Amino acid sequence: MAIFLTKESKVIVQGMTGSEGQKHTRRMLASGTNIVGGVNPRKAGTVVDFDGTEIPVFGSVAEAIEKTGADVTVIFVPEKFTKDAVIEAIDAEIPLAVVITEGIAVHDTAAFWAHAQAKGNKTRIIGPNCPGLITPGQSNAGIIPADITKPGRIGLVSKSGTLTYQMMYELRDIGFSSCVGIGGDPIIGTTHIDALAAFEADPDTDLIVMIGEIGGDAEERAADFIKANVTKPVVGYVAGFTAPEGKTMGHAGAIVSGSSGTAQAKKEALEAAGVKVGKTPSETARLARAALQG
Amino acid sequence: MDLFEYQARDLFAKHGVPVLAGEVIDTPEAAREVTERLGGRSVVKAQVKVGGRGKAGGVKLASDPQDAVEKAGQILGMDIKGHTVHKVMLAETAPDIAEEYYVSYLLDRTNRTFLAMASVEGGMDIEEVAATKPEALAKIPVDAIEGVTPEKAREIVEAAKFPAEVADQVAEVLVTLWKTFIAEDALLVEVNPLAKVADGRVIALDGKVSLDANAEFRHPDFAELEDKASANPLEAAAKAKGLNYVKLDGEVGIIGNGAGLVMSTLDVVAYAGENHGGVKPANFLDIGGGASAEVMANGLEIILGDPDVKSVFVNVFGGITACDAVANGIVQALELLKSKGEDVNKPLVVRLDGNNAELGRKILTDANHPLVQQVDTMDGAAEKAAELAAK
Repeated sequence: MAIFLTKESKVIVQGMTGSEGQKHTRRMLASGTNIVGGVNPRKAGTVVDFDGTEIPVFGSVAEAIEKTGADVTVIFVPEKFTKDAVIEAIDAEIPLAVVITEGIAVHDTAAFWAHAQAKGNKTRIIGPNCPGLITPGQSNAGIIPADITKPGRIGLVSKSGTLTYQMMYELRDIGFSSCVGIGGDPIIGTTHIDALAAFEADPDTDLIVMIGEIGGDAEERAADFIKANVTKPVVGYVAGFTAPEGKTMGHAGAIVSGSSGTAQAKKEALEAAGVKVGKTPSETARLARAALQG
Repeated sequence: MDLFEYQARDLFAKHGVPVLAGEVIDTPEAAREVTERLGGRSVVKAQVKVGGRGKAGGVKLASDPQDAVEKAGQILGMDIKGHTVHKVMLAETAPDIAEEYYVSYLLDRTNRTFLAMASVEGGMDIEEVAATKPEALAKIPVDAIEGVTPEKAREIVEAAKFPAEVADQVAEVLVTLWKTFIAEDALLVEVNPLAKVADGRVIALDGKVSLDANAEFRHPDFAELEDKASANPLEAAAKAKGLNYVKLDGEVGIIGNGAGLVMSTLDVVAYAGENHGGVKPANFLDIGGGASAEVMANGLEIILGDPDVKSVFVNVFGGITACDAVANGIVQALELLKSKGEDVNKPLVVRLDGNNAELGRKILTDANHPLVQQVDTMDGAAEKAAELAAK
């Protein structure tokens, strides 16, 4: 089963012919992803060779869907053009759009999110500024290294890319159903809550690990959701206890504003919802092991 | 990026929000000519990015040009809550204020859209109004595509119960303020107070604007709005090298890859420091996915140049980047710094994990650099770095 992405997923890459797009298309193919096409209007009709696998380039997302039945797009186009690329994907009604690009202006994200709403929310958006998602052993849509871990029964949702990798590594011997990097921007498509709901419904997931960081109130709202809707054990981690107020810590959304968005408040909200929260990534991994045995 | 009041005023004026005439200066003597231009009187306002400057003595009325020179002299150089005043704005004196309102647009992260906030109880800290009289603060979601049309502005005016005699003017301010918000890629535009003055006009007397640094690609002018005078010299140097660096007040220098991992590293070092005399992280530095020798050298140079740093913790998880490349980066970076004549004399604790970790560790072991020691786990390495910083 897994969530959002399976071995049946037919994946296209918007921006496949650019340097980042090529590099990661090669890596996705190597990890078994069924990539059926790329999109670039200026190179439509050509074919890109990835170590012997020929991937056709289409002029638009709509054409790629029509010709291949694609149901996932991974977007690598530069930040100036990302809004248009996502809107194109939404208009083509592709079920899942994974937006890897970082450094997108928040007005652009707000605009494509509003557009998705206006179009009836037919496209699940993951990101922007995220590592994408992987269902180990089945498919990999984004830049998460596929060789860290194996298929298993832990579901992982995280705002941070490297902490996703770190947690996959800590628990590599147990393995994961799916790992979803939702990104650290102020506005994101898929939230912790969306992933929690999907993992709760996924018969292949026994335990959920949720990684948050300072800024906004997504973790607090996730805590409310867990209390009301999640029966599976959830283990959490929050980064940024030592972050000073008013400073952006790398991710555009990682900022404590006044007294809101602190790591302490998020940890307390999660604990009040019955989530065991680790002080460090390693302690979080130990809590996850204990919960699985528990 | 938060702007000064005078920069906010300029942007408001550019997009048609009614403001008073004003000019910014950085020497007392310049106040004379400006005050003459403003009609012989002026309000001298400290330009600091912190609230409560009025109470701190940072806003003074000047009754003539000579008085303005004296008042500017008193305010320039003043310290307001840790912020040194480098500039003052001289503003036209406003007619008597009859009423003070509040209007703003901001990002609503929770609802993934924009929000208009408006109140007829302006002039004070809006967070206090929100806490003590939430019914006095109207919050209206704004669709990112539809924006604030005259009809939407009217809806906001009605929700906040603005008096009928100012409704048209406030609605006009709301439309022009929205233009500012969109055209400048702002995260926040706030007018407080929006004042009704004795002659019936509605004017933005003070404001805040925060811009989205990610939108710089379509705003080449953003660079000019940066406050270079107040920037921490290490942060400025890091920015010039394209590094994502924030100076903190501890002793353990931190380098890592990925914003989340670096934030986590700061926390783990702070916990470890509790057992080692309370040492803390000295900075946030994310060298990103690439972690080439050059980027590593740039990062190390900044951190070793921080006199507060007693030890350095390099924490890398090799995801896409292989750890052998990172290890080579560290070795080459140390050589590069030595060849540039830099004084490399602080201990480095390195933790490499993930992709090709064993190869990376071997490279560092073979290099056998006297200042570098390796610890295999993040928690263990943090402990070691804290211990070395406490010595």
